Amino acid sequence: MDKRLLWFLGIGLVVALLVAGILSGFASGEPDGLERVSIDEGFDETAEDHPLADSPLADYAVEGVDDDRLSTGLAGIIGVAITLAVSAALFYGIRLYGKARRGKEPA
Amino acid sequence: MHIPDGFINIPTSAGFGVAAAGGIWYSIRQSARLLDDRRVPLAGLVAAFVFAAQMVNFPVAAGTSGHLIGGVLAAVLVGPWLGALVLTIVLVVQGVFFADGGLSALGLNVFNMAIVGALGGYLTYRGLVALLPKTRTATVAAAGVAAGISVLLAALAFVLEYAIGGEGGAALGTVAAAMGGVHALIGIGEGLITALVVGAVMSARPDLVAAAPKVEVPAHG
Repeated sequence: MDKRLLWFLGIGLVVALLVAGILSGFASGEPDGLERVSIDEGFDETAEDHPLADSPLADYAVEGVDDDRLSTGLAGIIGVAITLAVSAALFYGIRLYGKARRGKEPA
Repeated sequence: MHIPDGFINIPTSAGFGVAAAGGIWYSIRQSARLLDDRRVPLAGLVAAFVFAAQMVNFPVAAGTSGHLIGGVLAAVLVGPWLGALVLTIVLVVQGVFFADGGLSALGLNVFNMAIVGALGGYLTYRGLVALLPKTRTATVAAAGVAAGISVLLAALAFVLEYAIGGEGGAALGTVAAAMGGVHALIGIGEGLITALVVGAVMSARPDLVAAAPKVEVPAHG
């Protein structure tokens, strides 16, 4: 991989970590568009609790970290790492699948 | 925009889940043809960025916020098929690890944001690009406007799902009007963020923007 692409990827990753780790702590806590509509139109009560609501990262907070901004920021950084890992697995898998399919085609 | 479990009944959720799975499978088949060693890390980076940006809710009206969906952003940066897969990964990670977006509603959310948001938004982008001059500014503007429209399209997809299998008995007309109104505002934010990021990548590494048209260099003479 060429050096300039590595620089681009590195800077991009730093930006993503800053957004997830720091900027996220300043996000608005108000209901989002769909939540607002569900409240105004009276169907918000139909929402069920998330089956994984007790998971250690639920609602973008790390269980046991009391400071709100720190907790959100840590959850964001962990989320970026998980997203990268899942992406690497899926996209590398698709890459191998594509190579295998091309290999079968007559040249 | 993330639908929790319970808003839409199970049969409707399952139906849209099947449609979403079909779209994902087709996107995987298409991506297999064009993924090279360079696009694997790029697509991962775009997924990480979309995850990060979706955490940052911005205020849009009294007591209401919105956040980036990122469908058009991802589709313009890495192409529509990888873009749809990027959004799907983000939605799965959010639903499974962060309790954001229901699990029975995952198919609905993938349909609305990955299929309608990324693929539908990308079609809108291509339509705008065809009408505009092939310049960098016009490309950035097309990405921004298409991103804004994609939020409205995703909101409309929810209205369709609510019409078919919505719980709670709210009147469809008022749900549609309310969804359209608030998401028009959120769409402005989506458009601005998308234009900002596409513009930044276009000026740093235009060769990495998968869906940028070839810029016509005006002849000097």
